[in-house]
Amino acid sequence: MSDSATWTHEGFEMVVGLEVHVELATETKLFSGSPNRFGDDPNTNIDPVSLGLPGALPVLNRQAVELAMRIGLALNCTVQSCTFARKNYFYPDMPKAYQISQYDRPLNIDGHLEIADGIVIGVERAHLEEDTGKSTHIGGSGRIHGSEGSLIDFNRAGVPLVEIVSRPDIRTPEQARQYVNELRAILVEIGASDARMEEGSMRVDANVSVRRPGEEFGTRCEIKNVNSVRSLGRAIDYEARRQVALISDGEVIQQETRHWDEGDGRTYTLRTKEDADDYRYFPDPDLVPLDPGDEWINTVRSQLPMLPAARRARLAEVTGQAVDSEAIATVVERRQDDYVVAVAEIGGGAERVLVHVKEAFSEQGSEPSVPAADLAALVTMEVGGELTSTQTKTLLGDLVEQGGGDPKAMAAARGFEAMDTSELDGFVDDAIAADPDAWAKFCAGDGKAMGALVGHVMKASRGQADGKAVTAILNSRKG
Amino acid sequence: MSTFQSARSIAASVSTGESSAVDVVSQHLARIEEREEEVHAFNLVLHDEALQSAERVDERIAAGEQVGPLAGVPIALKDNLCTRGIPTTCSSNILDGWRPPYDATVVSRLADAGAVFVGKTNLDEFAMGSSTENSAFGPTRNPLDTSRVPGGSSGGSAAAVAAGFSAMSLGSDTGGSIRQPAALCGVVGVKPTYGAVSRLGLIAFASSLDQIGPFTHDVADAALLLECMAGHDPGDSTSIPKPFPSLSESLDRGVAGLRIGRIVDLPSGADADVVASVDRAFEVLADAGAEIIDVTIPAFTYGLTAYYLIAPAEASSNLARYDGVRFGSRVEAADTNSMYMATRGEGFGPEVKRRIMLGTYALSAGYYDAFYGKALKVRRLMAQDFATAYESVDALVTPASPSVAFPFGSKTSDPLAMYLCDSYTIPSNLIGHPAMSVPFGAGENDLPVGVQVLAPAMGEPTMFAVAAELERSAGGNHV
Repeated sequence: MSDSATWTHEGFEMVVGLEVHVELATETKLFSGSPNRFGDDPNTNIDPVSLGLPGALPVLNRQAVELAMRIGLALNCTVQSCTFARKNYFYPDMPKAYQISQYDRPLNIDGHLEIADGIVIGVERAHLEEDTGKSTHIGGSGRIHGSEGSLIDFNRAGVPLVEIVSRPDIRTPEQARQYVNELRAILVEIGASDARMEEGSMRVDANVSVRRPGEEFGTRCEIKNVNSVRSLGRAIDYEARRQVALISDGEVIQQETRHWDEGDGRTYTLRTKEDADDYRYFPDPDLVPLDPGDEWINTVRSQLPMLPAARRARLAEVTGQAVDSEAIATVVERRQDDYVVAVAEIGGGAERVLVHVKEAFSEQGSEPSVPAADLAALVTMEVGGELTSTQTKTLLGDLVEQGGGDPKAMAAARGFEAMDTSELDGFVDDAIAADPDAWAKFCAGDGKAMGALVGHVMKASRGQADGKAVTAILNSRKG
Repeated sequence: MSTFQSARSIAASVSTGESSAVDVVSQHLARIEEREEEVHAFNLVLHDEALQSAERVDERIAAGEQVGPLAGVPIALKDNLCTRGIPTTCSSNILDGWRPPYDATVVSRLADAGAVFVGKTNLDEFAMGSSTENSAFGPTRNPLDTSRVPGGSSGGSAAAVAAGFSAMSLGSDTGGSIRQPAALCGVVGVKPTYGAVSRLGLIAFASSLDQIGPFTHDVADAALLLECMAGHDPGDSTSIPKPFPSLSESLDRGVAGLRIGRIVDLPSGADADVVASVDRAFEVLADAGAEIIDVTIPAFTYGLTAYYLIAPAEASSNLARYDGVRFGSRVEAADTNSMYMATRGEGFGPEVKRRIMLGTYALSAGYYDAFYGKALKVRRLMAQDFATAYESVDALVTPASPSVAFPFGSKTSDPLAMYLCDSYTIPSNLIGHPAMSVPFGAGENDLPVGVQVLAPAMGEPTMFAVAAELERSAGGNHV
């Protein structure tokens, strides 16, 4: 069935393009001064523009444009002079009965995003538009049809969005997940959005079609209501199989919008092409064309931080680990890679630093509470054989608890002195005497029996013995 | 020719304490009392509010404050200009009960200049019409002959000045809605350069064409009022970010040395009396030292067609917000779509519905290029033709309206005949240039004729110089 590299079903491949909407982390709305804030009481962040009152006029938010430019530049897009258009349709939570969006001249075009294994997904465009209000339907099914009434919160109306439209370059559910995860990491890194799917600040729609490899694209269906990265994989897998089954039965795929039902694990028809709105796009006469100009574009470009892919590559190089390893991915995702690099520069062993940060700092932010120099000193002791890995972990726990400290003093306080060989020999003698069966098995070549002997030594030494040294003594005794 | 006191002389005498604002406003309210039932210029007379504002003006003057260039001047506002807490209806049932939570920028600016608002004037519903017969609240009558229309759509504002109900008034001009009623009522009416006056708080008909402008007894008052309200407003993205030129010096400049164009391929259809008045205007200007030059503007004749695609297209989108969800009237129905249809079906009058349908059609998939797209090309062509003409002339002179005031009902059954009223005024809106109507000569039943003066963008100083010259030669300058 499916892994990252392949997805085929009865000789068909899937062709998927994603439309990702992200709410920008601006102070205020796209065209008015109301706060852009999630979670406030309903209808408190509103104004005549947000409500579409007669006579109100939009004024473009500079910060929103700048964040949208950051997104475009981070996705390798061309940033160009652009215009705003009206997308006309009636819906109660759409105050003006049109959405101000971008149509034939979007801000960002022709970019790309690289996912694992060097696969490049094209980005057709990333344009600015405003969000709608939010409807809550009371009674009935919870959908607008059949409900007893609807409440509308206009706090979200006019919140700036960037819609990022990929090219239909995705061929497997795993690629779709990787694309969204990577995109989210970039958006967070550049400060454009908190990109939380569960809060709706990042929303993903999938255009799915199937074809036999090499054939023309098939008819696509748009899948909505995908609320997590995991659902995205499930939804497009389901949808592609549905389409293959229809074609195999000799039927024709109808272009339509479909709703993913997480509980049922399937998609349902939301509206067919015949029911689709004619949006009657035309240039918004209330706004003037926006030309960012080279100077602004270059300034924004120069201020872009290091992106996640570059961070992973740097960390892999510093630590000598594979760029696609879990530790690299986790630490970069937590944005603790700067810290790892800083510790490694001071000293110690970069590989061990990575392991400790990944394991001990899962609850910590991008700037862990342990000073880099302290962790470097600790790891230097570990790598130099002064501490066992168990002792190192214990001391790291102490460092976290105390927000730093001198590892040498802390090791002394805990009595973590390195044992000399004669002391260890004594513990080994005791272990063999205590468990002659295990010793016999070990000598007969049963490697598992060694664990019991080492356990005795550890217990007797209250964990202070170095496991590696104990193993070496046992092996030498066996002869 | 009206015989009422000019705004300049009112402001001068109020400012010096020679007369009180309360007395001035009371005189105007008395005239309203006397004739408003017959004329029906107003949707709402602000009787008490006006007297209170006047009292405040008098108090400030008594306290030695500088009140401003419009101190105590009674002004009427077209009822599509938002006034905080005061009903603003657009002469439509669909805005029933709505009170804007804010003032239009022009309203605040005039209030800051000391103006006193005496009422909200009648208009063709949403400014769509040329006779004020399309008002949901009944027509306004021409004060000069109450069996005839005042023109439109700003018929109430034109009538208010002509009847002496206010010393000045504000209208809006999308295709001639200030200049045509000014011509029919024998007053001065100006459509400024697009972007010279903020549209914030003007309830939109067609946003790329709408401009607010003055109605006054004479040219000098129009210059004064325009200077008070023009100038950049950051709340309107289409507002010109430059200072508006001073007009007062232009009034006595004369026309010596100016090159004034006669458009030889102007669309025919003007009444003989109107043509004769315009011919006489050219003679007068030539006598005063202007050079009269024949020019051609081939695209002029396509203006009407292009306008009746662009204006309805924008209107269909601008008026979509009247959906019964957030403000104005709502007709309850079983579901949301039925509620929309019932609300809009009952709330809008027939001309508004006709234009919404025209505009929706012009923007529809498959028709956009043939209609809206082509109209935009005509608009560009029009701009080029005017630019070419302005290489050889400084201003142009044409009729403002093809006829003098016409009897009620004479064009209501034939929308095209009504649309032709705007043949000479529409091109200035399409290209954003200023134009004004100044009373000059008379036609049938001694009713006034308006001569239109046109100038390039921000060419108001030249335009006012020409208009002032015509006014002087017609003997119409006020004290």
